[in-house]
Amino acid sequence: MEQFTLTLPSKAPQPSAVHTVLCGVVSSGNLEVLVEPLAARDTCEIVVNTSAHGFRDIWQAVLTDFAERHAVGGLRLSLNDAGATPAVVSLRLDQAFEMCVGDRA
Amino acid sequence: MSDTTSSRWNKLAHSRGERLARAAGLASGRIVSADNIVPLLEAVIEPGDRLCIEGNNQKQADFLARSLVRTDPAKLRDLHLVQSVLALPEHIDLIERGQVSRIDFSFSGPQAARLARLVESKKITIGAIHTYLELFARYFVDLTPRVALIAAQMADREGNLYTGPNTEDTPAIVEATAFKGGIVIAQVNQIVDKLPRVDIPADWVNFVVQAPTPHYIEPLFTRDPALITEIQVLMGMIAIKGLYAEYGVRRLNHGIGFDTAAIELLLPTYAADLGLKGKICTHWALNPHPTLIPAIEAGFVESVHCFGSEVGMERYTAARPDIFFVGADGTMRSNRAFSQAAGHYACDLFIGSTLQIDLQGNSSTATKGRIAGFGGAPNMGADARGRRHASPAWLRAGREGRGNIAMPRGQKLVVQTVETFREHMQPTFVERLDAWALAETANMELPPVMIYGEDLTHIITEEGIANLLLCRTAEEREQAIRGVAGYTPVGMARDKRLVENLRDRGIIRRPEDLGIRKSDATRDLLAARSIKDLVHASGGLYEPPRQFRNW
Repeated sequence: MEQFTLTLPSKAPQPSAVHTVLCGVVSSGNLEVLVEPLAARDTCEIVVNTSAHGFRDIWQAVLTDFAERHAVGGLRLSLNDAGATPAVVSLRLDQAFEMCVGDRA
Repeated sequence: MSDTTSSRWNKLAHSRGERLARAAGLASGRIVSADNIVPLLEAVIEPGDRLCIEGNNQKQADFLARSLVRTDPAKLRDLHLVQSVLALPEHIDLIERGQVSRIDFSFSGPQAARLARLVESKKITIGAIHTYLELFARYFVDLTPRVALIAAQMADREGNLYTGPNTEDTPAIVEATAFKGGIVIAQVNQIVDKLPRVDIPADWVNFVVQAPTPHYIEPLFTRDPALITEIQVLMGMIAIKGLYAEYGVRRLNHGIGFDTAAIELLLPTYAADLGLKGKICTHWALNPHPTLIPAIEAGFVESVHCFGSEVGMERYTAARPDIFFVGADGTMRSNRAFSQAAGHYACDLFIGSTLQIDLQGNSSTATKGRIAGFGGAPNMGADARGRRHASPAWLRAGREGRGNIAMPRGQKLVVQTVETFREHMQPTFVERLDAWALAETANMELPPVMIYGEDLTHIITEEGIANLLLCRTAEEREQAIRGVAGYTPVGMARDKRLVENLRDRGIIRRPEDLGIRKSDATRDLLAARSIKDLVHASGGLYEPPRQFRNW
């Protein structure tokens, strides 16, 4: 098990965003993402718990891109990962974000 | 006229006559008992013969292969195997026993590692690794078998053969052998009084033996929908909306992976919701994939011609004769050579998966220590330079790829759909294909490339589509590939500014550029989520093999 926290700059989401969301499941090759509110509005805090060792650089790149791609300031994301590929991690993060902002138009 | 029958012009028939004379006491008419098969093989096969043991990726002349391994290596030696697939352990045993000195083939999937060891230890010479159609072509030029050992479902007492849904390679092999002075020996599951239909006429066949057990057939095209991932659903949505709808692809071939199975299962749901029924995916060169059942039942599909059959799909295909190619007897007939030609010339799109793609877009499934070969994908996944008929999809690809040149010409859409990482975090995108290392250790003249970069038009990954047709320079092309290569080292080394420029120009399109919401990419979108769902969708006609049943 490896655990680390990244604090990344990001814009604040639109005010109507829902701030507590749970997306995905902890099963082999998958992960769950829990989204909660955070006091600071201009940063996103991401806590990663992962079963896979030695992929810190890739995590950093995936999460930095995510915080650049979406306005996720003021959110804390907790990730429980069971060996998901970067593809699955990005998909779950994007799905969690879409659930947050209720982008169902 | 007299010249045609003189010994000078009739050596092959003379040799055939001698072989048949040696076998005379071992058969009754054309029928040979299983007990006599080893002496019969020793009587009709000569050292140095080109020999085809019918084996393709589905049907195997397994009894005849096992019998060959029981022949005397002093009598049957120095053989040259010319056959599409080296799949059975017996094929490789023959090499280890010193009976086979040279092979020309297409695919060796399950025996890839053993074959690589034999090549490295110089126990065998590989003539070439072909595509299916290429090997069949050489049967009629310089690799004509002297003896062909084939597999059929049934024979009658005259020696006519019924090959049924799994006709596959048989007509190509028999035609080349029988009409060039060779000998054809068929193993059958059953000898009957009357065949449902005649697939191979008796006078092209010399001997028939009823095998003690039915020939093996591999259910190679069955993909359990339960194993399709959300990433594959997302990539399927990208393919349908970003490619099939965009180009209006009606005639196509799919590879055998889960990525394309996902597309098949999204047709009656996602594609139908986009209003694409009747506009895409109407005509196919494809095996009877169980995962195509929901699309067929939804009326999406008009026609499917098959390379082979698929275990458990026999009753379903027989019950859908407007869709499949079905004989007057009511059962399907496949034909690998014709379907390969159909996939090459009459389809506008090929989409498949691979293990590695390099920065020029060359792709390969070769890895060091495994000589796996090609199968049929390179025929499908190549522009048909001899094509002369137009279609909207082909013309548009041609305009995009060739620009405004004086002579209008289309191009085949050749697509690789891959996740950026395979299992165990192996990157799909690489600087250098493992095929180079394999070519070196196995003394091959060419690295075994499945699809050449110059034929590849699009790459789909979870990051989106790269349209290589629109790239104007080698540098743009490389950045377009890096731009969908995700977090692999190749992807991380992208020039971000250039990639954004390619995105602005529509050369790279992300899911959001296509209006695809990732929250929609769930398994709920699949028209079937289990094998059982497929059985239901078929109205109980599909009978999955036991290993796919969990009820």
